[in-house]
Amino acid sequence: MTTTPTAPARPDAIDAGQPSLAAQYCTFWVDGLHLGLGVEHVQEVLRYQQLTRVPNAQSTVRGLINLRGQIVTALDLRSRLGLPPRDADALPMNVVVRSRGEVAALLVDDIGDVMDTAGHRLQPTPANLPPTVQEVVLGVVPLSDSILLILDADRAVDVPHAPDTHAIGGKP
Amino acid sequence: MNEDAEIVAEFLVESHENLDQLDRDLVELEQSPGSRELLSSIFRAIHTIKGTSGFLAFGRLERLTHHGENLLSRLRDQKMTMTTEVAEVLLLMVDTVRGLLDAIERDGNDADPAVAVESVVERLEAVLEGRPAPASAPAAEPVAAPVAEAPPVEAPVAEPVVAPVVAAPVAVEATPEPALEQVEQAVGGTTEEVEATSVVAPPVPPAEAVPAATAPVPVPAPAPAPVPVPVSAPAAVHEEPEHGEDESGPRRVVDASVRVDVDLLDGLVQLVGELVLTRNQILQRTDVTHAGGADPDLVRAAQRLDIVASELQENVMRTRMQPIGQVWAKMPRMVRDLAHQLGREVNLELEGHETELDRTLLEALKGPLTHLVRNSLDHGLEPPADRVAAGKPAAGRLHLRAFHESGQVVIEITDDGRGIDPDRIGAAAVSRGVVSRDALTRMEPRQILDLIFRPGFSTAEQITNVSGRGVGMDVVRTSIERIGGTVDLLSSVGLGTTVRVRIPLTLAIIPALVVGERGDRYAIPQANLVELVRLEGRDLEGQVEVLADAPVLRLRGRLLPLVSLGDVLGLERVEHDHLTVVVVQADDVHFGLCVEEVHDTQEIVVKPIGRQLKSLPMYAGATIMGDGRVSLILDVAGIARCRSLEAAQDQHDDVRTGHVDSSALLVLEVAQGRRAALPLTAVSRLEEFPMDRIERSGGVEVVQYRDGILPLVRLAPAIGLPSSPTTEDLLSVVVHEDGDHRVGIVIDRVLDVVDETVVASEVGRRPGVLGSAVVQDKVTDLVDLDAVVRPMLAGAASMAGAR
Repeated sequence: MTTTPTAPARPDAIDAGQPSLAAQYCTFWVDGLHLGLGVEHVQEVLRYQQLTRVPNAQSTVRGLINLRGQIVTALDLRSRLGLPPRDADALPMNVVVRSRGEVAALLVDDIGDVMDTAGHRLQPTPANLPPTVQEVVLGVVPLSDSILLILDADRAVDVPHAPDTHAIGGKP
Repeated sequence: MNEDAEIVAEFLVESHENLDQLDRDLVELEQSPGSRELLSSIFRAIHTIKGTSGFLAFGRLERLTHHGENLLSRLRDQKMTMTTEVAEVLLLMVDTVRGLLDAIERDGNDADPAVAVESVVERLEAVLEGRPAPASAPAAEPVAAPVAEAPPVEAPVAEPVVAPVVAAPVAVEATPEPALEQVEQAVGGTTEEVEATSVVAPPVPPAEAVPAATAPVPVPAPAPAPVPVPVSAPAAVHEEPEHGEDESGPRRVVDASVRVDVDLLDGLVQLVGELVLTRNQILQRTDVTHAGGADPDLVRAAQRLDIVASELQENVMRTRMQPIGQVWAKMPRMVRDLAHQLGREVNLELEGHETELDRTLLEALKGPLTHLVRNSLDHGLEPPADRVAAGKPAAGRLHLRAFHESGQVVIEITDDGRGIDPDRIGAAAVSRGVVSRDALTRMEPRQILDLIFRPGFSTAEQITNVSGRGVGMDVVRTSIERIGGTVDLLSSVGLGTTVRVRIPLTLAIIPALVVGERGDRYAIPQANLVELVRLEGRDLEGQVEVLADAPVLRLRGRLLPLVSLGDVLGLERVEHDHLTVVVVQADDVHFGLCVEEVHDTQEIVVKPIGRQLKSLPMYAGATIMGDGRVSLILDVAGIARCRSLEAAQDQHDDVRTGHVDSSALLVLEVAQGRRAALPLTAVSRLEEFPMDRIERSGGVEVVQYRDGILPLVRLAPAIGLPSSPTTEDLLSVVVHEDGDHRVGIVIDRVLDVVDETVVASEVGRRPGVLGSAVVQDKVTDLVDLDAVVRPMLAGAASMAGAR
């Protein structure tokens, strides 16, 4: 599960100017950004699912969904990337991602096509992108009509330990 | 014997599997004779059977496989090459092994003379020595072949041993035709025919013929055929129905079980979980009240689905259940070895083999149980000489018992050894810094025994290589608590120790109470649940008090800390005109969890939650409700931790909530209606004195009693209660003796003597009172006797010293 056979996108590889492997990317849109995840990381794509909220969890954790009997944590990719929140009435889609033996769902605005990036080079992430985006993006692939940001699946579903969990604490 | 039978059954299943593989390998080997890989595989299989048969004392099987192994090792080391002849002999050996296994399954031993081992061993040796096989067994071979070829014989006999001979090349030397006829006739069954075939017998060496002929079971393998076959033909006929029964009736060990990959089972469990959820959804939709005019056929189908799904769930869950006998089976050997190593004599008694529990739990139990058994042997049971000196039989008794009790599995490990001496434990605990001397003096014996579960505790004065390395009981407790279980310990010095382990049947499905908070549902495992309390109106005002911002509930005289679930979840506070309190316990902490709504109890399937949520202590996992939505399972211990309820606990470690004591108590009334209790062991007599006998000595009330002066102490003021005005003419006094000194404790009256399990609580702890407990459904102060009588005894002692 955790192996990423087609992961070409280590920064050193990019520097060497190697073309990315002829990989397919599942793409989606978040706050106008065109993002892609290697299809080998994506289990499936689901329309909006009812969420059970998890009090005290970090804000990125939007809740839990029942994926055919399996309990999957839903993470808001907007929050993960430090982007502004979605409109209250807009229902996000779920991109179900496998990472380190677990499954998590990324909440995205809209689903795009599956793209074959054969012939395209993976380029380093532009340095002026916000650090919260840089952190989870492996590199970019400039396409004719948009720039695809390739996500690191493991990092995208990891929620950094923010010190905002003190709400749980009792009396000192 | 039971465990032996289980080991044998396991051995049979395993060996039959090995043999099937062996057959395939041998046949394949003939195609590629040089394959070391195949040879190694065959060698291993035979070696395994040999090893186990030696262990189980199946001598003939061991002997046979030993020779087979010799031959195979030469082949493997390429000191010999595979030929058809060698393959023959090996296949013959495999079939003879199978014959012996059948005999073992049938008779419980491998002594069945119908399975001829010697001739096969001879052939194996012959091949090994490079002699031509036919020459080595000239008599046996030729006759063996025809017999085997005779179909009528083969059928009734049903002994696979016969099979290999079919292809024996040596058969060429025989004249199959007449033999076949004879056999056919023999099976036909007339005496003359038997005689007739007997005539053909001469070529058979008598030595071989004799055992075979006397055999009760039909055809003796590749042994001399014509003679035994006819002779035993009636037997064969007689035997036949039995074999028939075997096939259609009770299934054989091998056929009755299938090995299934654990992952497959786990997958099934998960699928059934989903099915159950889907069923719940369908049931809701077809519910009459819900759907109104639902299609009656659909409703019927849904009800049928309900039943089938429930049964399926039950059965699938049962596939995960395994008897504890699996663990028991390993005990005799382990105990024997340990006893030998430690110089103990032990009679091991095992009980409750059939007690089933979830296999993951069984797996998790193995380590702790092994440890406990070791402890019993090492620290519990004395060496034989010590036992005899103590007037006990030289051989100690170790009793392992498993049984079901109220939805849990209880495992008891009892020895009749020296028991655990609280004084030694206490001394060791102090010297190791586990507790302070001060705290120790306030502990009761049971609490002191509990110290051995503390980390870094070991009382073994001599560190042996079996146990006593300073890790142990704390690890046992930790690993048992990890699977939702508890351990406790009962011991009496000189008589022995019982360790009782309680664990849930399964972790996969647990009963839980579903509560609601701001529209979300949360599940509280039933194991943590104590009771439900609902308070409204005046009760709410009267029974809930807020002490320094911390609400507490007066519940039957105990003060229960209250925690709001909303607060735990970090939600905004909402005021209610009523309060629903779920009284929960985790470890030794009791507290009340205030919730908005209580839904119902249901069986929930515990599912893990992702790593993003692992850092949240208040959740134990999640589950899926009947409507398909996810609910979080609350971790009561985690809530106690994050609300710092444990910290308070540690400060009063000497009187721990939930501590269980079962010593007899004298229950008294003091201060007009208040209840107090003294340990009965502290009471030597109950007396009544007329008021006018009371005299004063200094500031102390005394009475003349038994040629001495008995100082009196009034209990009520000593335990911080208002003294009751004396209205009666008689004074009730409990006489307590401490060595030469006596003290009279003045009470209102004696209520009762109770011998019941008392759960002591630290509530009400104050000078003179250790805490309180519910005795006979009433809150009762537990009197700290030492504190009450010490001033008097000290006075008496100093008086005695002055004189």
